[in-house]
Amino acid sequence: MNSEGPNRPAGRRDSAGILAAMKAVMLGDLKSSFRQPRDLVNPLLFFVLVVMLFPLGVSPEVAFLQQAGAGILWVAALLSVLLSLDHLFRHDFDDGTLEQLVLQPQPLFLLVLAKSMAHWVLTGLPLVLLTPLLGVMVHLEGNSIAVLCLTLLIGTPVLSLIGAIGAALTLGLRSAGVLLSLMIIPLYIPVLIFGTGTVMAAGEAAPVTGQLALMGAFLVLALTLAPFASAAALRISLSNA
Amino acid sequence: MSEPLLQAVNLRCERGDRVLFQDLSFDILPGTLTRVEGPNGSGKTTLLRVLAGLNDNAEGQVLWGGKDRNANRESFLRNMLYIGHRPGIRPMLSPLENLQTLTAGRAECSTAMLRQALSGTGLESFGDVPCHRLSAGQQRRVALARLLVADEPLWILDEIFTAIDARGVEALERLLSRRVDEGGSIVVTTHHNLNASGMQSITLGEGGHEL
Repeated sequence: MNSEGPNRPAGRRDSAGILAAMKAVMLGDLKSSFRQPRDLVNPLLFFVLVVMLFPLGVSPEVAFLQQAGAGILWVAALLSVLLSLDHLFRHDFDDGTLEQLVLQPQPLFLLVLAKSMAHWVLTGLPLVLLTPLLGVMVHLEGNSIAVLCLTLLIGTPVLSLIGAIGAALTLGLRSAGVLLSLMIIPLYIPVLIFGTGTVMAAGEAAPVTGQLALMGAFLVLALTLAPFASAAALRISLSNA
Repeated sequence: MSEPLLQAVNLRCERGDRVLFQDLSFDILPGTLTRVEGPNGSGKTTLLRVLAGLNDNAEGQVLWGGKDRNANRESFLRNMLYIGHRPGIRPMLSPLENLQTLTAGRAECSTAMLRQALSGTGLESFGDVPCHRLSAGQQRRVALARLLVADEPLWILDEIFTAIDARGVEALERLLSRRVDEGGSIVVTTHHNLNASGMQSITLGEGGHEL
């Protein structure tokens, strides 16, 4: 609608501004979180503590830890992402920023994608960066640690993207925690199985390219489909607010 | 200039077992101020959210420039500015950063323009203070600073006089009437006594009609 656009000021761009809007969404999220580091540190601390407590609680034997290490790290990473999901839209919902996000002229799924990416940079990426250290703690070999980092690097964005759907759907509820976990964990299980399976295969010196490619396919699928679902869920949650 | 900007056709909305409004039809013409009136709980905010496209639960149709609003969503959103009763201000960002985020992807505003808008609302010395250190009224002023740089033809403003002091209210009234003179359309809800020439009033029922 160009000609009949009522009172349109001259020079207003119609479809541009998508990148500017996405950048603003991401920067806003990153700045907000870095100035309020508590939400940032909680999932990380949880991740480190779980991995540290396993040898103490189960068995400190090298053989056991080498066997179970990848699984422990993956489960801990998955749970700490889950822990941070409720914050993804909650603050924005409470202060009204989310209404403004939905009313942006740009396609909402792109803005949601930007938000999911910001969430990954704030939670998933730090987990990946900590993994080499914790991998050494559970006696994983160098090759396994490298593959573990790679699977987490591919897998954690999937967790953020899928998690955003659940976070958006449960936004209208007062205490969303349990429902969010129940809804999202089944969707996380394939990523977990392939993530740990790949590291196991690497430990046995088997080729892992096929499994990594499959995880890459998960990521592409999540990148292309999840933002649409999250955007639709956000509209529903805001309609009922 | 007589073609309506926004038209509501037979809007009907229920909440719980109450009908908030039904058979509600009206036109928003360019250069007019429309005030939505009614007691607490009568559905003023709901009506504004329906008009802005935030609430899809209402039956009926909203037309934008004579066409279905939902089919022309981008054009509608590009030309509409909504400020809700939650002002959309992030507590950890400064007023300036908040304005930059809110105006990103819309009509381009330089940092100098935004700073000027902030000083226009009396916040020039707070431009870089995180918003959670500001008072409720000051936070509302940050959101309202957008109005000083906004060129969207339609403004939908929910309870904008809340927490604003007397001088601020006066300035805001002047801003609204100037905007209407310039040809902008404004839809407001307020309990404040608003006087403007040619003001259209939409009155919603006594806490909604019983079913």
